[in-house]
Amino acid sequence: MKPFKSFFTLIPALLGLGMTPGISQAAEEVNLYSARMESLIKPLLNQFTQDTGIKVNVVSGKADELLQRLKLEGRNSPADMLLTTDAGRLHRALEAELLQTVSSDILNERVPSSYRDPEGHWYGLSLRARPIMYAVDRVNPEQLSTYEQLASDEWDNKICIRSSSNIYNQSLVASMIAADGEDTTQAWAENLVANFARPPQGGDRDQIKAVAAGQCDIAVANTYYLAGMHYSQDESERQAAEKVAVFWPNQADRGTHINISGAAVTAAAKNRDNAIKLLEFLTSDAAQRWYGMVNGEYPVREGIEMNDTLASWGEFKSDDLNMRQLGELNAQALRLMDKAGWR
Amino acid sequence: MILALLLALPVIVVSAHVFLPADDIWQHLTETVLADYISQSLWLSLGVAVGTLVLGVSAAWLTSMCQFPGRGVFEWALLLPMAMPAYIIAYTYTGLLDFAGPVQTLLREWMGWGYGDYWFPPIRSLGGAIVMLTLVLYPYVYLLSRAAFLNQSLCVLDVSRTLGNTPSQTFFRVALPLARPAIIAGLSLALMETLADYGTVSYFGISTFTTGIFRTWFGMGSAAAAAQLAALLMVFVLVLIVMEKLSRRQAQYHHTSRHHQQLKRFQLSTSKAWLAFAFCLTVLLASFVIPAAQLLQWTLLVADSVIDDAFMTLVYNSLKLASLTALLALFLALLLSYGKRLFGGALVRFAVRLASMGYAIPGAVIAVGVMIPFAWLDNSIDSWSRTNLDFSTGLLLSGTLVAVIFAYLVRFLAVAIQTVESGLGQVRLSMDEAARSLGHSPLAVLRKIHMPMLRGSLLTALLLVFVDVLKELPATLILRPFNFNTLAVKTFELASDERLAEAAPTALAIVATGLLPVIILSIAITRSRQLDSDKA
Repeated sequence: MKPFKSFFTLIPALLGLGMTPGISQAAEEVNLYSARMESLIKPLLNQFTQDTGIKVNVVSGKADELLQRLKLEGRNSPADMLLTTDAGRLHRALEAELLQTVSSDILNERVPSSYRDPEGHWYGLSLRARPIMYAVDRVNPEQLSTYEQLASDEWDNKICIRSSSNIYNQSLVASMIAADGEDTTQAWAENLVANFARPPQGGDRDQIKAVAAGQCDIAVANTYYLAGMHYSQDESERQAAEKVAVFWPNQADRGTHINISGAAVTAAAKNRDNAIKLLEFLTSDAAQRWYGMVNGEYPVREGIEMNDTLASWGEFKSDDLNMRQLGELNAQALRLMDKAGWR
Repeated sequence: MILALLLALPVIVVSAHVFLPADDIWQHLTETVLADYISQSLWLSLGVAVGTLVLGVSAAWLTSMCQFPGRGVFEWALLLPMAMPAYIIAYTYTGLLDFAGPVQTLLREWMGWGYGDYWFPPIRSLGGAIVMLTLVLYPYVYLLSRAAFLNQSLCVLDVSRTLGNTPSQTFFRVALPLARPAIIAGLSLALMETLADYGTVSYFGISTFTTGIFRTWFGMGSAAAAAQLAALLMVFVLVLIVMEKLSRRQAQYHHTSRHHQQLKRFQLSTSKAWLAFAFCLTVLLASFVIPAAQLLQWTLLVADSVIDDAFMTLVYNSLKLASLTALLALFLALLLSYGKRLFGGALVRFAVRLASMGYAIPGAVIAVGVMIPFAWLDNSIDSWSRTNLDFSTGLLLSGTLVAVIFAYLVRFLAVAIQTVESGLGQVRLSMDEAARSLGHSPLAVLRKIHMPMLRGSLLTALLLVFVDVLKELPATLILRPFNFNTLAVKTFELASDERLAEAAPTALAIVATGLLPVIILSIAITRSRQLDSDKA
């Protein structure tokens, strides 16, 4: 049967178009589909290769599209591991039966149970908080309390937030539907849209910059964007970051909305053991410290060192809503925002 | 025919989803956002159409037919914006002109204004998107209409002048109508690209069809409704094509004279010449120099940390894909165009039309359209070989560069076909017939008549596809093999994380890599034109 095999692998090779995936398993390696940008995790992966001798092959891209690819490739998919930046997508992968369970004492001990799938389909790696940010010189933090309160008249024409096409806003609204119910959240979204200082545009950094420049007083954005601005090579970004502070909403009730980035071993994995090793590495002290020091996200483990900026924002209570629900309520959240005219 | 259908496969696959039920999503869409998607897409297309026509045609006429200071430089420099991806120019102008950007900040400092004290055109708006897209897309119209103007026979223009038409009357009454097929071809490329744009509109927060498709597909998890939106988008494009065909009716735009002499350019009066100079300079500054300078400034900020060996690999990968695809696309376009010319049945025409629809469809949709049949084929072969030969072949095509290049072809073939066809349109059928009746074989006709006359168009087709592939993002992102990155992928990674400064070096490299062929080919096109006239 050998000739056939070499014939089949030869076709693309002849075309000079590179190797066929899935066949080259000789060396120790692990194949990763990553929704986290390659340039951002590369240093971590290099460290892993150095420590273990296992080579990491990466395709990075948008989570939904990677999921689609994984689904279509089926049992022949070359991917061993899927890495995403939100729990909703991990849950979608689970529902599409693209993941397998992993039971590792190391992982179970390191990752708090609220940040992993009860059956071990996926594990959280870092937390991404989405608090309120305000202009230091124009807003008294005592005026702020909850996400719900952002819909009150006092913030008329003062709020900047990005488009509802963005998954962070979809997750935030999903968490509010879970907490307050659909009707209340619908009314909230309509009032919030009425408070927008401008039509939603740009990314999270743009909202923060608009607050710094005085176009609005309040933004809702993920913390690592503000942290990134503090350490930016561009001086104007650093100056803008100084004018904006973080407020942790809903501390008296459910807590501030968070999402998690996480990873899972695929159902089709051919390098299962190596994938588990990589998962364990990503929850190790060194890797977790990288999340807090370099990346500006909150490590999923407690007691890990973070950079000064993160430390200065202090501790906060986070919404312990089950991550599954974010995925399940996503479509409903998007429709609700469509109806509210949130672009 | 079969070839065309093969290339149309992804489009067909996507359309097939139309027949799946999409629950109540349509009711939701029509009640809330659909009207927005339609009106915003229409306004965007209309704005870009007007913008690219005005900039492209007037620049082409000025540089090809008039004499004014700097003409020789503008002639090729006006092509430069082609190398600039739309989303990059959007990012840079936003960085410059946004409320928090340096321009408005300076204004506020000088005038002592605060927020709300003054009005400044908001860059992230429908109008802003129209301007951004116009700036990078007008070269399509410019390139094709310039080639058409240069190819126009001297006699026709001379006759027009002898009959007492002024240069501007000659332009509106003779040159413009004659160049119409080329102008329309350029315009439809620009519009198809506009409809497929995702990067710019999503960054500016504009609700067009493309943003709608992705919201529905991923946000609401409905592939069916998303495909139905995509199909609606295709209807848009079909209407566009049909309208053009109808307005053209049976008119043929062949040349009837063989006098191809070096055209004498109109000598503009001093004031008009400076006006022409100022016009071209403004276009060039706005569409290329300013954004490129901003990218350069950002690059200098971060150069040490970004440019290394890995960077050169990116350049190499991008070049390899772009040149391979450009050659393949040219070959296929020739095959299809000749097929249509020689055996022009309705079915062949339809198949060619279908194959060129891909240009108006967002790259990510094409990518999924490519993945579905490829993965199916791979998995079928694998199952067969597992049962019959007892080993697994794995995935043969999915996740290889074959898939990537196939997707490029589906998406960009329209560019090559449009250009080749508009070139082929200039070769009169009567020329073929004359040559054949003089005893030349079909091959000899091809070599002696078609090739010299088509050279400019073929080069243009190569160039357009090359540059388009260089800039392509969504399909590359999702279809590429492990550890394979291109300049566009790298730029996107950093820009999507809102690290504009760090994204600048690779963005600049896309522009620089795209420049080289743009310059070489624009020189070659000018020269091929001169050779022709020397021979005459």
